[in-house]
Amino acid sequence: MTIVDEPLVLGPHTFTSRLLLGTGKYPDMESMVAALDVSGTQCVTVAVRRMEMGAPAGKTLLDYLPKDRYTLLPNTAGCFDAEHAVRTARLGRELGIGDLVKLEVLADPQTLLPDPVGTLEAAEILVKEGFTVLCYTSDDPVLAKRLEDVGVTSVMPAGAPIGSGQGIQNPNNIRIILERAEVPVIVDAGVGTASDVTFAFELGAEGVLLNTGVALAREPVRMARAMKAAAEAGRDAFLAGRIPKKLYASASSPTSGVIAGE
Amino acid sequence: MSDAAQQDIEVSVNGAARRVLRGSSVADLIDALGFRPQQVAVERNKAIVRRPDRAGTLLQDGDQLEVVTFFGGG
Repeated sequence: MTIVDEPLVLGPHTFTSRLLLGTGKYPDMESMVAALDVSGTQCVTVAVRRMEMGAPAGKTLLDYLPKDRYTLLPNTAGCFDAEHAVRTARLGRELGIGDLVKLEVLADPQTLLPDPVGTLEAAEILVKEGFTVLCYTSDDPVLAKRLEDVGVTSVMPAGAPIGSGQGIQNPNNIRIILERAEVPVIVDAGVGTASDVTFAFELGAEGVLLNTGVALAREPVRMARAMKAAAEAGRDAFLAGRIPKKLYASASSPTSGVIAGE
Repeated sequence: MSDAAQQDIEVSVNGAARRVLRGSSVADLIDALGFRPQQVAVERNKAIVRRPDRAGTLLQDGDQLEVVTFFGGG
């Protein structure tokens, strides 16, 4: 018997893997390449940054990410206002990768929480310019809906602050976002370990985007494998439909035919 | 001022001042910096310079340029 799942569809892009991985913070390029490979991801985030002036012309990140294997998702990380994020998104597109952008407009460097006003403003501009906007946001169901209204392709609520590894802190908000969303919801940020990924999928997330949880694990490649298994487990559990929680026990073995006792 | 200096203009590239020959294009600058043209994107005075336009876009004194590529990120 074959067990099938729908692919994750993000605008013109279709992915059979529902894990999206970042490319930052790995101890070295070799472990990044191996971790991405083992995770099964087909979509990886990248940052847009200034070329180093006067640096010897060596390999760049692009040399490690074969185009036929990975769809690149440029982010606007490090942008603290809408204009800055829009300019960064345009530069990412100019690098010839396509129209995907992971939009982040952050409020401040300590919390890295999204600035809701700037995020909405930038999302509206980028959608009008034809970008496929995957939008990082807080777990606010109202803002998620507003972002959907301006035409983002996916809303990506944070489970917890970026890089914090705390897991999903407010599952109720994520559930409300999921119930009301008409676009795919990808849980982005805050994943610390495999069970966080499973939980996100069990709630009904269409995808999970993570970086630090793998990159800074003691063994990134092993953690990447764990995340892959966790994603598949959580997604299958969601699709299979969990049993309702009950207060009292319910015997798994027949209650009749038990041999005579005292 | 020498003739050579008069032929120079000053632009800012990734926040650093740089003197270039008057009449240089964006494509010339990328070449002079030793960057692979396919691996960078260029913004001039906050507007993208598209790849096909690089050779025909001449640098002006005081231009602010950003030359970027992809780095690891989440």
